[in-house]
Amino acid sequence: MKPLFPRGDGWVRLASLLGFLALWQFLAWLLQSTSLPAPAVVFGRVVDETVSLALPWHLAITLARVVVSFLLAMAIGTAIGIAMGRWRQLDLLLDGWLVLGLNIPALVTIILCYVWFGLNDAAAIFAVAVNKIPTVVVTVREGARAIDRNLMQVAHAYRLPRWRTLTRVYLPQLYPYLMAAARSGLSLIWKIVLVVELLGRSNGIGFQLNMFFQFFDIAGILAYTLVFAAIVLIVEAAALRPLERRLTRWRG
Amino acid sequence: MLEIAIRRKSYPDRGGQPHLALSGLALNAAPGEFVCVVGPSGCGKSTLLNVVGGLDRDVDGRVSLGGAAPEHGIGFMFQEPRLMPWLTVLDNVLLVAGQSDAAQRRARDLLGAMGLGEVMDAFPGRLSGGMQRRVALARAFVIEPKLLLMDEPFVSLDVPTANRLRAMLVELWQRCRCTVLFVTHDLREALSLADRVCFLSAAPGRVVLEYPLALPRPRMPDDATVQALQASLLAQHPELLAGLATAGTGSDGSADD
Repeated sequence: MKPLFPRGDGWVRLASLLGFLALWQFLAWLLQSTSLPAPAVVFGRVVDETVSLALPWHLAITLARVVVSFLLAMAIGTAIGIAMGRWRQLDLLLDGWLVLGLNIPALVTIILCYVWFGLNDAAAIFAVAVNKIPTVVVTVREGARAIDRNLMQVAHAYRLPRWRTLTRVYLPQLYPYLMAAARSGLSLIWKIVLVVELLGRSNGIGFQLNMFFQFFDIAGILAYTLVFAAIVLIVEAAALRPLERRLTRWRG
Repeated sequence: MLEIAIRRKSYPDRGGQPHLALSGLALNAAPGEFVCVVGPSGCGKSTLLNVVGGLDRDVDGRVSLGGAAPEHGIGFMFQEPRLMPWLTVLDNVLLVAGQSDAAQRRARDLLGAMGLGEVMDAFPGRLSGGMQRRVALARAFVIEPKLLLMDEPFVSLDVPTANRLRAMLVELWQRCRCTVLFVTHDLREALSLADRVCFLSAAPGRVVLEYPLALPRPRMPDDATVQALQASLLAQHPELLAGLATAGTGSDGSADD
């Protein structure tokens, strides 16, 4: 088994982070402009916003929206993807819709959802999920098409109960595809949730960013962005990568 | 009593035309009997097993085990081991046996007795081909099957490994006394295992000759008695076994696929 962080890798990651900070500091010093505050100013702002509890509050709301719309998109997208991969007729029937869904700009879905369902959280979450579902479907459909019929025959020959067949024979074949969908899904949803908040919610990070934009508060924008980026990295390192390692342990 | 009566079984070939695989096939096996089905390549042997195992239900005919359609208690061993690569050896066996305490004990005992105790927690990808077949064999026997279907399970193995697996199979079968339907294109393998050998014709397959054996066990494909028997069968029925003569005499058939 490989160590959690191979030695060399950890140093490279750290060096790349420090390089980024150095570059930022250098540019801020060079430009001496209010539109690019130095790292220290931004970190100070992070502390202020955290102490005043504004940042944790808006962050929590945004994260809740991300989690709900992510789970919704994954569940619905997986179900449709499996069905389309399995039944050719359904695939033909829905393929046109899928192409349409993949190509409608996120902004259009968001505006329409707000117009049709009102400026509320349900509309916001629905809009985000609708944007994500088609890409989940495409990925999972690929997985469902690649299901090994020989292994399904084993389940069939031994008359395995449906639930056991699903969880121990069928789904493990889909895990790589589900992981890919989750990865790309999370990165897309982060972004869209902010747009949704900016356009029609009165809280969350997107809303805050919009406010900072009105006041031309660059340090505020960067402070929120920084915290947000840190959360993304933590989720990737603490949740997605360990989960993937667990699921692909057998390839070892 | 296993009773198989297939009037017609066809499936669409690559061009979409129906291909008649089996026609007028009748085959019975007594409880606990070891029946080998031998036939040339493409005569519908695998199709026959799929029908008996219920994997293929689109058939004009019927299969009954003790008077009813066989549902539970069927062990199936395929040409490839077909283990779930994401489950450990033990979990692969428990997959079909269930998680009850009794099943756990049975699985562990069986794996131990088959020399797999050391690798119970390993993933199949780490095991040699011969070991993977052994796990597949354990999976077939752990459910204490009434009927065991085997589709050329020992092809593409080297001769000693295949012989060890055959010996293991006979030993397990003698203990559980299930009915075995063992399909092969290798006459010597069939003669070394079976109570009775059924010969299939070229497609559409039907039984053209039944040959009961009374040789004592254990026997091996390279035993002199088995070789003599094979030679005399080929001499007596040259036309029936034309397709097999080439497949069965060159080697013992276990390594030539």
